[in-house]
Amino acid sequence: MASNNDPFQFQEFEEAENLLETNRDAVTVSIEEEDQKSKSQRSAGGFSPDFTDEDPLRTDDKAELLGGQKKSAPFWTFEYYQTFFDVETHHVKERIIGSMLPWPGKNFIQVYLRKNPDLYGPFWICTTLVFAIAISGNLSRFLQYSGSSNYKYTPEFGKVTIAATVIFSYAWLVPLGLWGFLLWRNNKILNLVSYSFMEIVCVYGYSLSIYIPAVVLCIISYEWLRWCSIVVALCLSGSVLVMTFWPALRDDHPRVVMAVVSAIVLLNVLLAVGCKTYFFSSPEIDSQVKSSPKTEVVKPTSST
Amino acid sequence: MASPEDASRPFAGFSDVSIPEDIPVEGDISVPVPPSARDDELSTLDEPVKETVLRDLRAVGKKFVHVLYPKRSSVLLRDWDLWGPLLLCVTLALLLQGGAADSNEQGGPQFAEVFVVVWFGSIVITLNSKLLGGTLSFFQSLCVLGYCIMPLTVAMAVCRVVLFAISGKAGFIVRLVVVTASFGWSTFASTAFLSDSQPSNRKALVVYPVFLFYFVIGWMILTFSP
Repeated sequence: MASNNDPFQFQEFEEAENLLETNRDAVTVSIEEEDQKSKSQRSAGGFSPDFTDEDPLRTDDKAELLGGQKKSAPFWTFEYYQTFFDVETHHVKERIIGSMLPWPGKNFIQVYLRKNPDLYGPFWICTTLVFAIAISGNLSRFLQYSGSSNYKYTPEFGKVTIAATVIFSYAWLVPLGLWGFLLWRNNKILNLVSYSFMEIVCVYGYSLSIYIPAVVLCIISYEWLRWCSIVVALCLSGSVLVMTFWPALRDDHPRVVMAVVSAIVLLNVLLAVGCKTYFFSSPEIDSQVKSSPKTEVVKPTSST
Repeated sequence: MASPEDASRPFAGFSDVSIPEDIPVEGDISVPVPPSARDDELSTLDEPVKETVLRDLRAVGKKFVHVLYPKRSSVLLRDWDLWGPLLLCVTLALLLQGGAADSNEQGGPQFAEVFVVVWFGSIVITLNSKLLGGTLSFFQSLCVLGYCIMPLTVAMAVCRVVLFAISGKAGFIVRLVVVTASFGWSTFASTAFLSDSQPSNRKALVVYPVFLFYFVIGWMILTFSP
């Protein structure tokens, strides 16, 4: 209790203790010393740029808080889209490597995305893949036909448009369909695991990254090597996708699960095989077409 | 006679002064204004057209020199303009014409395709760097990316000359070396401007799209075949 009448005199805080004695069950707030201790430890040890790996709990908390505050901007403002570019160089590197080397049990979304899906990776991986396919296809045709005399080199710039349409529709329309389907099933079956649209787009975008080295390898004109690299890339990216979507599907009816998983795998296979056949066509088919008119020409001359 | 009353009324002695009405009082009330030199500097309506055109051309030329020797200068950023990029893009698109135009097969890029690749690519890279939190404004980025196409345009001109003069493998090697050197120069020049505006943990994320952009343009130049 204040003993002086002067209001500027510091008053002892005996009131709190008195209040607590009267009401033992009152809620009290105590400021923890933990945060300050760990902060001083971190600053003493020097600032490590990779502190996401040191203390997963703390970054999960931070991610939780950030996840709650993240999408507050309306979607027509610039700031809304800036939240999807909130990644650093090492994040992108980790995500690309994680999509190339799937580990059983490591769900891509839960391990690498951690509630922070980005649009940088999917967009630039798709663009790089488009140009890689077009350029590699062009180079492989040049290397195959450079011996034959009637081959005139053309840059085939129109194929860039075709590759862009195929790749971007795979990377954006298939996630849209899958997200819609998962949303519909979530209404029927209560599921603990649910993915947002951006996370699905992110997984699909990063899963395409294994195709870039595979397509560059296809420049070498050995048919067995081309098919080998495409099949390996197919298996890796397919397994990343299946392992990511398995937790979201496994509580469902078995037939639905089989249908969805086989649809995911089938679309992936279609993309890989289609691109391989269209952009890296083998010369045997073309030479058969060319040799048949030649044999017809030879026959009449030999008969005369 | 000085008296306390008079001290409080300093003009008391003038009470009997009168101005006769027949003397005209005249003068000039207007305040003399200094000759408006500021107006002449701002209004360029009266200067000859040659002077106007040359001023803009000199600004564009100064920026070309700055691209040739990329230092950390702020001329490209402070006085950005899009004349230079437009000039370079049109030149590049015109030089890429005339390749395999007589065949029905898929040939080289059309004029519109080159335009779209250059401008749409620049806009996408600028948006990317702004979304990653860059401090350059939209048009400053466009200006930098457009001006840094200059080494590649020069390489295109050199390639066309080489295609006339030398043919076969030797010509291809010469063109490959020229295009690679100019691609490296363009990427180096533009990253000297762009990467300064980004925090250090995202520099590679901004530089990679620029690298891809100039790589695609270099590919279009290298694969040009008349």
